[in-house]
Amino acid sequence: MDFVGAYAPAHLKFLLEGFVVTLEVAFLSIFFSFLIGIVIGVLRYSRIPFLSPVLAVGVETIRNLPLLLIIFFTYFALPEVGFKLDKFYAAILALVIFESAMLSEIVRSGLNSIEKGQIEAARSSGLTYTQTLWHIVLPQALRRMVPPIVGQFISLLKDTSLAVVIALPELMNHAQIINGQNVNYVIPIFLLVAVMYFVVNYSLSLVSRKLEHKHI
Amino acid sequence: MLDYSILIDHWDVYMQGFANTLKASVLALIGSLAIGTVMAVFRIAPIRPLNWIGAAYVEFIRNIPLILIVFVFFVGLPAIGIRFDSFTAGTLGLTVYTAAFIAEVIRAGILAVPKGQMEAARSSGLTYLQAMWYIILPQAVKIVIPPMGNQFINLVKNSSVLGVIAGLDLMYFGDLISSETFVTFDVYIFVALFYLLLTIPLSLGVGALERRLAKSR
Repeated sequence: MDFVGAYAPAHLKFLLEGFVVTLEVAFLSIFFSFLIGIVIGVLRYSRIPFLSPVLAVGVETIRNLPLLLIIFFTYFALPEVGFKLDKFYAAILALVIFESAMLSEIVRSGLNSIEKGQIEAARSSGLTYTQTLWHIVLPQALRRMVPPIVGQFISLLKDTSLAVVIALPELMNHAQIINGQNVNYVIPIFLLVAVMYFVVNYSLSLVSRKLEHKHI
Repeated sequence: MLDYSILIDHWDVYMQGFANTLKASVLALIGSLAIGTVMAVFRIAPIRPLNWIGAAYVEFIRNIPLILIVFVFFVGLPAIGIRFDSFTAGTLGLTVYTAAFIAEVIRAGILAVPKGQMEAARSSGLTYLQAMWYIILPQAVKIVIPPMGNQFINLVKNSSVLGVIAGLDLMYFGDLISSETFVTFDVYIFVALFYLLLTIPLSLGVGALERRLAKSR
C-alpha cells in the first residue's frame, strides 16, 4: 500500500474532477426526473381511463429492472435503432428513465397521503379538480415528499457510479484509471473514494432526517 | 419484431446466467440476513461499543456505491493477496452492501413492537429471551416481511453488478451474446424479460402482503 503515492496532488485533482462529473450527472438527472415524476405521479393519481393503467405498467416495468441494464440499453442498444448518444447523455437518459419511475411513486404516495376530506372540502367550496390539485393537494404533498426525495437523490448519487461500465469519466472511472497505474494505490484510492461518497451522502441523509422530524 | 432465434439459439447461455443471478441473489440474501441481524442487535443492545459498531457499519455502507464494495473484493483485496473468483467477489460485495439495509429493516421491526409488550411479558414471568422469542419477534417478523421482500427485489436487480466484473450472471451472458451476434437491442430485451420474470412476481407478492398487513392493523 502506497498512501503517499496514491494521494499525490495530481491524483486528488483527477478524483475531484471525476466527482464534479458525478455531481453534475446526478443533479441534471434528479432535476429532469423530478419534473417527469411529478407529471406521471399526478396522472396516475388522477385515475384517467386507459392512460393511468398504461403508465402503471410502464412504471412497474422500469422499477423492476436493474439500472445497469437500462444504462447498457441507452448506450449500446439505442444506436442500433438509429439513436446514438454520447456517454454523458446516455448515462443521464438512463438515470432519468429509472429515477422518473421511482420519483413518480414517491409523488403518487405523497398525493395519496392527503386526506380525502380536504379534496371534498375544496371541491364543495367551488374549486375545480385542477385547482384543488394545484392549490390544495400538491403544496401539502410536496412538503411530505421532501425526505423521500432526498433519500432518492442519495441513491442516485451512488448509482451514477454504474456509469463506469460505459467509461463515463465520473469518480469511479477516475479511481479505476489511477488504480491501473500501480497496484499499491488500489486500497488507498478506494478508501478515499468511499470517504468522498460517504461525506456527501451522509450529510444529505442528516438533512433528510431533520426535515422528516420537522414535517411529520 | 424481436428476433426470437437469438433466444432459442442461446437458450442454454441465458439459462446459465439466469441460474447464476438467482444463485447470487439467494446466497447474498442468506449472508446479509445473518450479518444484518447481528448489526441490528448490535444497534439495539444496551452496550455502547456495540451500538457504535452497528451504527458505523450501517451508515458507512449505506452511503457508498455498491459497485465500489464489489471492486474492493474484486480489485482491492487481491492487491494485498486475498483473491476470489469473480462470482464470489460479486456475491460477497452484494452481501456486505445489502446487510446494511437489512439491518435497518430488522431494527425498525423490533422497535415497532410497543414497549408495553415486553413489559407485560416480563411481568407475566417470562425471561428476557423468552419474551423476545415468543412475544416480540413473532410480531416483528410480520412487520418486517414486506420491507424485506423489497430488499430482496433490490438484491435481484443489484446482482447485475456481477456483469461488470464478469461474474457469470444474466448481465454478463447478455453482454457475451451481444458481442457474439452483434445484436444488442433484442439481446438486452430478453435479458430484461428474465429479470422481470424474477422481480415482477416478487413485487406483486410484496404488494399483496403490504395490503394484508395494512388491513390487519
